[in-house]
Amino acid sequence: MRSVIDVPDLTPAELDALMDTAEDIIARPEKYSETCRGKKLATLFFEPSTRTRLSFEAAMYELGGNVLSVTGAGTSSAAKGESVADTAKTVSCYADIIAMRHPKEGAALVAARSASVPVINAGDGGHCHPTQTLADLLTIRREKGRLDHLTVGLCGDLKFGRTVHSLINAMSRYEGLNFVLISPEELKVPSYVKNDALKKKGIPYTQTTDLMQVIGDLDILYMTRVQRERFFNEEDYLRLRDSYILTPEKLKKARPDLSVMHPLPRVNEISVAVDDDPRACYFKQVLNGKYMRMALILMLLGLKAK
Amino acid sequence: MNVDSIRDGIVIDHIAPGNAMKLYDLLGLAELDVPVAMITNVVSAKRGRKDIIKIDAEIPVDINVIGYVDPEATVNIIRHGELVEKKRIGMPETLVNVLKCKNPRCISCCEQELDQIFRLADPEKREYRCVWCEAKAADI
Repeated sequence: MRSVIDVPDLTPAELDALMDTAEDIIARPEKYSETCRGKKLATLFFEPSTRTRLSFEAAMYELGGNVLSVTGAGTSSAAKGESVADTAKTVSCYADIIAMRHPKEGAALVAARSASVPVINAGDGGHCHPTQTLADLLTIRREKGRLDHLTVGLCGDLKFGRTVHSLINAMSRYEGLNFVLISPEELKVPSYVKNDALKKKGIPYTQTTDLMQVIGDLDILYMTRVQRERFFNEEDYLRLRDSYILTPEKLKKARPDLSVMHPLPRVNEISVAVDDDPRACYFKQVLNGKYMRMALILMLLGLKAK
Repeated sequence: MNVDSIRDGIVIDHIAPGNAMKLYDLLGLAELDVPVAMITNVVSAKRGRKDIIKIDAEIPVDINVIGYVDPEATVNIIRHGELVEKKRIGMPETLVNVLKCKNPRCISCCEQELDQIFRLADPEKREYRCVWCEAKAADI
């Protein structure tokens, strides 16, 4: 049974096909409105999430399918001590496809190995969140018209930020990229990510703590939130939370065709005043995420628009 | 038990000095009801110095554990006092229930009866990663 736990589970050709499908859905949504008629998506969310769960559910509804939803470990059989494997086997009896978020890393893989229907990882702790990366890739392709020959700045929490690691890995197969890694010393990209995705492939990158020094060089500025839930120590979280705050003033030094991205939710790392700047793309990313989830559901269910 | 020769059993030879104790622990040899001899830091033509473990019974041994601790080690099967088989292990691709993931956020910490599986991620660095959360195995 085909599942998607991390972006490398998809071949480059499949990624391209997913983006093509998503663009076709955007252009002709009516073509897809009945594609999943009679199919059910189970959204199993054992960790707080608003946008990802709603995005999956909206995606399934827009494909003409139905949704079964579990939110919060406290209201599910997990509270009674049921294992992830047993939950996946049980839900496979009710649904045609599962989207699962769980606080433990590797939980989606455990579910996928037990389920008899496809499982999509909707985030497993700080580990993987592949559909966010799919949203990011589509956004870059739509904003820039390409995924190669770009200078991509990643800013904020690059240590715990799973979306950043996943995006670096996913983009490392394209040519002519240059990564600029902007973070406090304590939140730098882990060396294994740099080694596997950048150094081994000879992809140039620079590391800096100073956003303003490099902002004028960037085609993409991918901002991230310093996530409270990834810290064991509240003091460290509070000290690093306000490291980088993007404001209209700072954007004056950026290129006019810069694309500002953010996986959301933001806390304060992008000033609300930036939302009106045409370079702000983060709400487009949200929408693109829904289209990519639609494309992924179709692919995993083996369905095509008539 | 005569450590110079065993009749039916296993000799783990060419172990890098210092690794015999790690192997002894990971193979659970202390829990066996058979004679086991551990010889450390003896002269070796091949490695300069080496450790040897002799087990005076032909018991099932997880050879992947040996390959993980020391891929250069050899496993010799002795029957009726004769060497009948010599295996060089190399680094195993996967280790099942040999190591425990130390990542407190890993699903393997709490999921019932879930195998602890590690895969060889980087042979050059002898680096193993948990298949569930991809955390690096703690150094042996």
